[in-house]
Amino acid sequence: MRSSVPGRRSTIRELPLGARIALGAALPLALLALWQFIIVLDVVPSYRLPSPTAVFLAGVDLQNRGLLGIHVLISTQRVLIGFAVGSIVGLVVASFVGLSRLGRYLVSPFLSGVRSIPSLAWVPLLGLYLGINEDSKVTLIAIGAFFPVYTVVSHALRNTDPQLLEAGRAFGYSGVRLLGLVQLPSAIPSVVSGLRLALAQSWLFLVAGELLGASMGLGFLLTDSNNNGRIDRLFLTILLLGLLGIITDAIVGVLERFLLKRWGA
Amino acid sequence: MSITTSAATTSPALSVSLDGVGRSFDGSRKVLRDIDLEIAAGEIVALLGPSGCGKSTLLRQVSGLDAPTAGTVRIDGAEVTGIDQRAAVAFQEPRLLPWRSIRRNVEVGLARHTDRAEGAARVEQLLELVQLSHASQLRPRQVSGGMAQRASLARALARNPGVLLLDEPFGALDALTRLTMQDLLLDIHAVEPATILFVTHDVEEALYLADRVVLLGVESGYKADSGAVIRSVITVPGKRPRDRGNAALAHLRAELLDGLGVSTHHPAHTL
Ligand SMILES: Nc1ncnc2c1ncn2[C@@H]1O[C@H](COP(=O)(O)OP(=O)(O)OP(=O)(O)O)[C@@H](O)[C@H]1O
Ligand SMILES: [Mg+2]
Repeated sequence: MRSSVPGRRSTIRELPLGARIALGAALPLALLALWQFIIVLDVVPSYRLPSPTAVFLAGVDLQNRGLLGIHVLISTQRVLIGFAVGSIVGLVVASFVGLSRLGRYLVSPFLSGVRSIPSLAWVPLLGLYLGINEDSKVTLIAIGAFFPVYTVVSHALRNTDPQLLEAGRAFGYSGVRLLGLVQLPSAIPSVVSGLRLALAQSWLFLVAGELLGASMGLGFLLTDSNNNGRIDRLFLTILLLGLLGIITDAIVGVLERFLLKRWGA
Repeated sequence: MSITTSAATTSPALSVSLDGVGRSFDGSRKVLRDIDLEIAAGEIVALLGPSGCGKSTLLRQVSGLDAPTAGTVRIDGAEVTGIDQRAAVAFQEPRLLPWRSIRRNVEVGLARHTDRAEGAARVEQLLELVQLSHASQLRPRQVSGGMAQRASLARALARNPGVLLLDEPFGALDALTRLTMQDLLLDIHAVEPATILFVTHDVEEALYLADRVVLLGVESGYKADSGAVIRSVITVPGKRPRDRGNAALAHLRAELLDGLGVSTHHPAHTL
């Protein structure tokens, strides 16, 4: 027996939107309830654990001073610019490394070295060479966004199904035409997941970036609150970072569904 | 089913000649050796042999997807060096691009610089021919194995090749579709007479379709890694379309099955 029936994707029926939102919110809400419960029991002093109400009021307070929106906007802007730059460069370098042997042997060992540099190690260097400004912060985020895209996409390009490549060649495709026929389309799902990882990584690198002498942004708010013992603001910032992560990831999720419908198997 | 073809899309069938062709892997493991075969333009030749004996490998030498380690392959007298666009392949697996519809997969087979409208018409006609018009918008994962194989056949036909190389083209089809597709291939061949070299495991199919049947295998008394050779070449008598139940072919059937190492319980062999 030969198994020549192509693998069909098992069709798992999608839950209705309401149910998905309810399930997604279940754990955060449970955590919130637990938090409130601990506050009610009054076993942890408030300088170690602020109440949910206190955190909410800290947010209202910042909002009234017109600061909350600014912190959120400036951070979001940094993340988006850094993410865009980093992932575009990531795609270009990944194509070079994934498609040419020269690229692979020349660049990939170097980049695996660079990849292992932790984000905090970049901070003083970037501050020194680019200065304490937007550029250095965005550059750091771009570095953070670059690696997931580079790693996932170059791997996907290098591992294109050899049988499909051969079929393309058999029908006279080569070089750029073969790239467009087989390699790029088959790498699209990887590009999407690379972008998704890169966005998450961008938010992580943002906080490190805003250690670079920022006077605005959520990373600044985080360190500032910590230095001033404003644990309510600290909690607020952490919650905001989580929320922004969820929102931007959901946006990429929409893009993902569209691309996978068009290019997925 | 009727097939129409314009003069512009008709390319002549081309002869194929293999001269001392051998292929070994890793320097020592011989898969094929000393293959000499002359195939006339427009001829249909079946390749028969046990699994793993090198049938697919032999097709790859003719298509130029692989290069022999010994000997030469010629199409129409000119040596094959590298992937040869005069030949078209239907692989043993359908190898369709999963993100393209069946129609767009067949389009891949069109010769480069084919006129758009002409190409679209050709694809439409081929889809009809392999009975996939109704499924032309589906993705490969949405069709059955047999449908995918038919799409792969249509893709190979798209460029109207001088040499058509088919690796078990009907392997994944049910018995009934298989018979229909065999007749279809003969219809196509009558209108667009390419030279066809096809691999099959089915003795009946070989005898029904081919002018000659080439039996590939390792010579008795030799080790498996000494390489397969042509054990015998059988010329099938009679004109196509042949009678499927032709008793005159019975002895050939027995001979081929015997060559494949299958006991036929044929009177001649049970003596
Ligand atoms: N690229 C390769 N590298 C090493 N060995 C190979 C390669 N391609 C084929 N072979 C070997 O060549 C032999 C013949 O393979 P081939 O696919 O031609 O067999 P086949 O006659 O088509 O078999 P089947 O009927 O099962 O399709 C096998 O032993 C296989 O291991
Ligand atoms: Mg084979």
